[in-house]
Amino acid sequence: MSNHDIVIIGGGPAGLAAAVAARKAGIQDILILERDSCLGGILNQCIHNGFGLHTFKEELTGPEYAARYIKMAEEEKIPYKLNTMVIDINRDKEITAINREDGLIVIKAKAIILAMGCRERPRGALNIPGYRPAGIYSAGTAQRLMNIEGYSVGKEVVILGSGDIGLIMARRMTLEGAKVKVVAELMPYSGGLKRNIVQCLDDYGIPLKLSHTVVNIEGKERVTGITLAEVGPDRKPIPGTEEHYSCDTLLLSVGLIPENELTKSIGVSMSRVTSGPEVNDQLETSAEGVFACGNVLHVHDLVDYVSEEAALAGTNAAAYVKAGEKKEGHVVALKAENGVRYTVPQTLDINNMQEKVTVRFRVADVYKDRYISVYYDGVQVSKRKKKVLAPGEMEQVVLKKDSFAGCPELKNIVICTEVE
Amino acid sequence: MEVRELICIGCPLGCPLTVKMDGENIEVSGNTCKRGDDYARKEVLSPTRIVTSTVHVTGGAIEMVSVKTKTDIPKDKIFAIMDEIRKVTVEAPVSIGDVIIDNCAGTGVPVIATKDVAKA
Repeated sequence: MSNHDIVIIGGGPAGLAAAVAARKAGIQDILILERDSCLGGILNQCIHNGFGLHTFKEELTGPEYAARYIKMAEEEKIPYKLNTMVIDINRDKEITAINREDGLIVIKAKAIILAMGCRERPRGALNIPGYRPAGIYSAGTAQRLMNIEGYSVGKEVVILGSGDIGLIMARRMTLEGAKVKVVAELMPYSGGLKRNIVQCLDDYGIPLKLSHTVVNIEGKERVTGITLAEVGPDRKPIPGTEEHYSCDTLLLSVGLIPENELTKSIGVSMSRVTSGPEVNDQLETSAEGVFACGNVLHVHDLVDYVSEEAALAGTNAAAYVKAGEKKEGHVVALKAENGVRYTVPQTLDINNMQEKVTVRFRVADVYKDRYISVYYDGVQVSKRKKKVLAPGEMEQVVLKKDSFAGCPELKNIVICTEVE
Repeated sequence: MEVRELICIGCPLGCPLTVKMDGENIEVSGNTCKRGDDYARKEVLSPTRIVTSTVHVTGGAIEMVSVKTKTDIPKDKIFAIMDEIRKVTVEAPVSIGDVIIDNCAGTGVPVIATKDVAKA
């Protein structure tokens, strides 16, 4: 068994930013474990532009954004192991991993940063009737096949789900000469960013059908067509609204799920809303010295915010390793109410917190002209008006340490939406 | 006076923009940074986009290298640029920023690599 100060699980954007920040905070002994054959994670296949405006003040593609962080990690000489799959982590922070060179290895860490990212919700989770022919892909799988492996995925395409990857793939396949016939979305609103509707669908005249879903898949060897139907407020298909589309490919962009099998093996408390671990303002899970950041914690829209969050996890993990123990403070629960689905973090230590803590959250539905309000034990301390709030766009509020100066008995903080 | 409602594509915030056009006079509101103002003016006068795609690599560690137009190009040139990108194959090694196609489709803008690809 080998020992390291900080071991980071995952070498994507979150893992890299966490590693660089931990090194800058003075920790020499860091190891990144990555299961793929290169660093950079999902950014390697996200060849479109729009990354890095917050972090680097310029517009980069995914591979360029990844390359910046890989360079930083290499300049800091942070060790990493590629093609290495972590298969277990226990409460004593012992990590079991396998690769072809070392075989089975066990590593004991003083602190662990979970940065495993997320994966796509598959067809099996949707219960779409019909055959199981070739030509049905999750949007991210199709993206990898096209952008990394160089395959042509299909010629006539229907996309179910309006998540960002689906929208990006609608444009990508159109540019490669495919005909994208329609993007169907079960919900009455899109799950993707507005800018992606504009530049991926509107630019190419691809229709977006809200409140629609696939009710049948045809074709035995290869997809030959699908049937769409409108759904009612109960999200059940309305008989008589069926429409047939011939196609050879069906892409699914129906949600991302944080990949937390390892997190669960540690036995930390999980959030049922985010499907990620619950964390405090240090981004530390309920297991002391185990931190989480990026899409494994909650699914983000922007890699820039992943990097920011991950750097914080890296800095905090470094501080934990140096201190060797946890300071007990005054822990307050953050509560998501009235249209706010969850908050990350879920608790805040108002004695030991940083000067500012960013609380990220998503709303439950599309709202217009609402306030985002913050209450300390029932007393409103801030409100900010938003023209539009949508579940597809992550929101945030910043809580300042000095705002808690007059609240020695504080029990909870509520973040909610309010109409005027 | 013509009024157009746009969604800014300058960054993922996607600010809702209102553009008021009165002859030469263009007024932009709803933007939260200068990018929004620039985008709105371009979008109503002559819209542009950055095109991203991939090109086959021979002798490389991976099959494809990702590429982009170095700057934004007129929107009506997107498919002309894609036609040229599809014809090209490059040889490894490739570095970020390498020019893959000079003056693509007569736009004066080069298509450059956005990924490093080492030799196999």
